[in-house]
Amino acid sequence: MEKEPHIKIHNLTMTYGDFIVQHDINCVINKGDIFVIMGGNGCGKTTLMRALVGLQRPAAGTVFYSGEDFWNGTPEEQARLKRRLGIMFQGGALWSSLTLAENVALPLHEYTGLPPGRIDEIVSFKLALVGLAGFEEFYPVELSGGMKKRAGLARAIALDPEILVIDEPSSGLDPLTARRLDDLILELRDSLGATIVVVTHELASILNIGSSSVYLDSETRTMIATGNPREALKSGEAKVRRFLTRGEA
Amino acid sequence: MKKAHPISGGKKAWNLDMRRQGSGEVQLVFGGRWCIDEDLPCAGELKSELSEDIRRLTYHSADLGAWDSGFPAFLATLQKFCVGRGIEVDQRGLPEGVRHLLTMAFAVPEQKVSGRRGGRQTLFVQVGAATIDFFRGMPAMLHFLGEITLSFGRLFTGRAQFRMGDLWLEMEEVGPRALAIVSVICFLVGLILAYLGADQLRMVGAQRFIADLVAIGMVREMGALMTGIIIAGRTGAAFAAQLGTMQVNEEIDAFKTMGISPIDFLVLPRILALMLMMPLLTLYAGFIGMLAGLLVSITIFDIGVFEYYTETLQALELKHFMVGLSKGSVYGAMVAYSGCLRGIQCGRSAEAVGEAATSAVVTGILLITISASLLTIVYYHLGI
Repeated sequence: MEKEPHIKIHNLTMTYGDFIVQHDINCVINKGDIFVIMGGNGCGKTTLMRALVGLQRPAAGTVFYSGEDFWNGTPEEQARLKRRLGIMFQGGALWSSLTLAENVALPLHEYTGLPPGRIDEIVSFKLALVGLAGFEEFYPVELSGGMKKRAGLARAIALDPEILVIDEPSSGLDPLTARRLDDLILELRDSLGATIVVVTHELASILNIGSSSVYLDSETRTMIATGNPREALKSGEAKVRRFLTRGEA
Repeated sequence: MKKAHPISGGKKAWNLDMRRQGSGEVQLVFGGRWCIDEDLPCAGELKSELSEDIRRLTYHSADLGAWDSGFPAFLATLQKFCVGRGIEVDQRGLPEGVRHLLTMAFAVPEQKVSGRRGGRQTLFVQVGAATIDFFRGMPAMLHFLGEITLSFGRLFTGRAQFRMGDLWLEMEEVGPRALAIVSVICFLVGLILAYLGADQLRMVGAQRFIADLVAIGMVREMGALMTGIIIAGRTGAAFAAQLGTMQVNEEIDAFKTMGISPIDFLVLPRILALMLMMPLLTLYAGFIGMLAGLLVSITIFDIGVFEYYTETLQALELKHFMVGLSKGSVYGAMVAYSGCLRGIQCGRSAEAVGEAATSAVVTGILLITISASLLTIVYYHLGI
């Protein structure tokens, strides 16, 4: 069955001042894909993610969500498109003055008319999904880095976003928790039909959950490969294979 | 199968029926759309429907339409209640995706934490707690003072781990860069003093003594006090925020693990810089205040420049300068001490950095006020 394109990255070029981070990025992410943005340190993975979610305007090109041009849209259109996204930042980016329950509940309070009892139920469930049941009343400062990251994911999925963008989900997590998070990402895709964009260089995660990917090269400062990462491991670009085998291929 | 008992639904997009399945067994029948935006029921509302004799709960979801996480969230709350009541829950009648999500939600046991949030405290309790906190904080303040004293000892014996370049940078930051704000505030204070004095002195025909009032007032008291308050808000808060952010980023821990004293490296240059620059700023503040007094005297009260200058020279004695400069140094030390103390004591969150900066300003102004009072009494008794 033909897959439906959900996100289209079109001729995207990102810069910091005069320095070109990445240029001419073109990708199509289909509905229900788990799309991995991979590449070495400093290649511009997070910069691409910031351009995707509307945090950093690209120097050229744009991003289309279900055919709607994000960067050439009006602020109102951009705000509406942003509501369809859930974003988990690398360190969790939790609001330090709010408890975990309040962090997860805030988007529910802002964007739904649900009664408090119902919001509490959803908050407890989302925290339980990321393995933080019972931590509702904790403040971010009382949590470890891995717990903050998981709480950040619970907040990102509070509104069941149709597109979930996750920055480095596995870094800093123990292997079992990282695996559990991978399973959760797969489940969110399978059960709730979310399209998921993951920025990572964790090989186990890339091969475990990625259904499509882009490899950003820091030397040529552009993408050098796209496609399923498991196929890239077998017969892809040499640089990508070296990356996926820790330099052994 | 017994007759279905509708829990709710009506005109809503979802519906939920409860069917008694023989003794002790109940089946929940879900239908329609179970999404967050559909005003779904709370699982808590269902608890009263589950009578004491129920021992087993099953589900039927053949008529279930679209669902999102609102549906498993409802079921998760219900399941927790059933586990608490010893009711067996059979999930086989649920869609596979829902079962998977529920399995994930219950895979990690719930953390049992009690007493996380107390109720609202009375004013009496709050005042008591604040008082206890204040006295509990005293040893830490004295300990920090002791560490600074030891650090000064190391500085004078040439053993302090300290970079001269940092001292120059801090001196530039706390001195020349504060000149603009000190100029504005002290000019206006001088202006106020001149008007206030002229109004009273005019009644006894002694307007030319405006120069005495402004000169002594600015050099001896107001210059140092106003500069101290400005520096508490500007530099004290900055010290607390800088050191607090370093605490959050574990930079201070990195110093400690390398055997480098953060007091020598970070606190000492800041305290020294402020103690050295504050007398100069105080002197400058006094000069600006007198300039404002001169301006008022010439333009409003018709006193000549030479007359104002002569009167000022006659009024000012070396002791006034000594008092003003010594007060400036003490206020500078107080501001630096409170800024660095609150920065080093800062917690490990962004919010804590804000609290540290606020606390540094409050503590700095409090210490300035206390030391100003003590010094005034001491100088009075010494006849200075």
